[in-house]
Amino acid sequence: MAEYRGILVCGELVGGKLASITTELLGCGRKLADEIKEDLSCMLASDSVGEASKEAIAYGADRVYTVEHPTLKEYQADSYMQASEKLVKDTSPRVILMGHTSMGRDLAPRLAFRLGTSLTTDCLDLSLDPEANLLVQTRPVYGGNAQAIFTSEFMPQMATVRTKAMSPLERDDSRKGEVIPTKIDIDTSKVRTKILETVKEEAVGIKLEDAPVIVSGGRGMAGPEPFRTTLKELADLLHGAVGASRPPADNGWVPEALHIGLTGKIVAPDIYIAIAISGASQHTAGCTGSKHIIAINKDPEANIFREAELGVVGKYEDVVPALTSKLKELLAG
Amino acid sequence: MPVNMIACCKQVPDPEAPPSVFKVADNKMTLPPDVKPVIGQYEEFALEAALKVKDTNGGKITALSLGNNFVRDVIKKALAVGSDELILLEDEAFEGGDSWSTANALAMAIKKMAEYDIIFCGRQSSDWDAGQVGLGIAEILEIPAVTLARKVEVVDGKAKVERVIPDGYQVVEVTLPALIIVTSGIGALRYATLKGIMAAAKKQPVIWKPADIGLETSQIGAAGRHSKLDKLFQPVKEAKCEIIEGETPAEAGANLALKLREAKLL
Repeated sequence: MAEYRGILVCGELVGGKLASITTELLGCGRKLADEIKEDLSCMLASDSVGEASKEAIAYGADRVYTVEHPTLKEYQADSYMQASEKLVKDTSPRVILMGHTSMGRDLAPRLAFRLGTSLTTDCLDLSLDPEANLLVQTRPVYGGNAQAIFTSEFMPQMATVRTKAMSPLERDDSRKGEVIPTKIDIDTSKVRTKILETVKEEAVGIKLEDAPVIVSGGRGMAGPEPFRTTLKELADLLHGAVGASRPPADNGWVPEALHIGLTGKIVAPDIYIAIAISGASQHTAGCTGSKHIIAINKDPEANIFREAELGVVGKYEDVVPALTSKLKELLAG
Repeated sequence: MPVNMIACCKQVPDPEAPPSVFKVADNKMTLPPDVKPVIGQYEEFALEAALKVKDTNGGKITALSLGNNFVRDVIKKALAVGSDELILLEDEAFEGGDSWSTANALAMAIKKMAEYDIIFCGRQSSDWDAGQVGLGIAEILEIPAVTLARKVEVVDGKAKVERVIPDGYQVVEVTLPALIIVTSGIGALRYATLKGIMAAAKKQPVIWKPADIGLETSQIGAAGRHSKLDKLFQPVKEAKCEIIEGETPAEAGANLALKLREAKLL
């Protein structure tokens, strides 16, 4: 039986740079690797990996496997599966970590079933049990209404990790590591899907994930209009972005890209203003990482007041315009 | 071309129940009896995706579910909205499974059904939220899978799928048979018509036991798990919200502005 050793992070690139989730996974992986005195590796796949491999080392990797192939330019399950399955079989890592991202959600379950092992998705916390070195994996369940801790005896140990749940290390370019160009032949005849077109639908302005302030609306908006007027005015004043809970996205009042929650985006701005959002666990799962949550809701019993640090009870039509105009005055003065 | 479809559904406690009713006791989720079971919200989208294809192309939908003690009126909704057949993997031994044992049993059932063009699944169950079963079935059956579909068209033995990505969508073409995992953009599940409800009342689900799909009880449910649930708990949250008052809601809004400035948050 193969001996399983080390931690492998399946990295992601955004515009040729390491994605922030990858730096978070490296931060978490470094801690786990040090605990058991094993190595931390990072796999980076693309048509050309470039400088990102050095970045991975600066964020804590001992070893970076760069897999370059034209079919890896854009994520596609069947090509990424070939690359990751081969690398995992060749290197036998003890632990495999991926982000709970568009790629990780799609790739990790396939890889876990292909390898015959187990996977815990959307983890908030990971540690190693000191006896058997098994991964102790904590994740939310029941739409965020509870948390569960899982372990598995199956190897390798696999987890996907929620964005912003882990902290990256400080970037340190003096860190030493090895870059290992890894040639993997991708059999394109086994790629059973074809991407015909990729269409960007992002709303104009600041990206939700990067916005320091998010003004978010819920079912209580009752239509698309307030997202373009009342909420946008407040967001613009604070140089922030407009977001939404699930009902507005499901009803088509806002594009899906604005949906914040368990099955939408996970955000962690400095200030999150939740307006006419009841605060179902499914939504708060997407914003609990915010530094300050402020709630405006006409129902004093709304669950969102359990999450918020400041709140106003009242109809948003009355509260928000007054808030915006007073802030405008204060910020100008 | 008529399309032969399977839609996987799960019976779950109503996820829209208020957060306060979810209570953990003895490592298990307990819910008051007034929280009724429903078909999971993402499986409803899977059913709707199948019905939309049937509207356009014609064909057949078999709804498939795994569990024990199904509430007939709940799970028969799949028939009432327009599925042609309902197969239930129903046995005590199916209880307590994880993504591995569930995907394996569903895949074995689908192998027994033999002929299909598309298997539709929801992106994640509304109770355990793991999001693995659909992709697991595809791996076991060795068929391609496309995730996060919000639109599906079937033309010439291929499916054209709009797949949601973080900043938009992709149009992905996949050869059939394939497994397609559906997300919310597909649209809400249609209401059952009176005719549909009456037709469903007359139909009986087909029940398959573990032996019917060639599995031993050691391979299914809790016994077939690859993961172990060590603990289920609810982190304690202390309510710490400061409510900003005012004579009128508008004044409270203005006072909130003052408070935000004062606390140097803005």
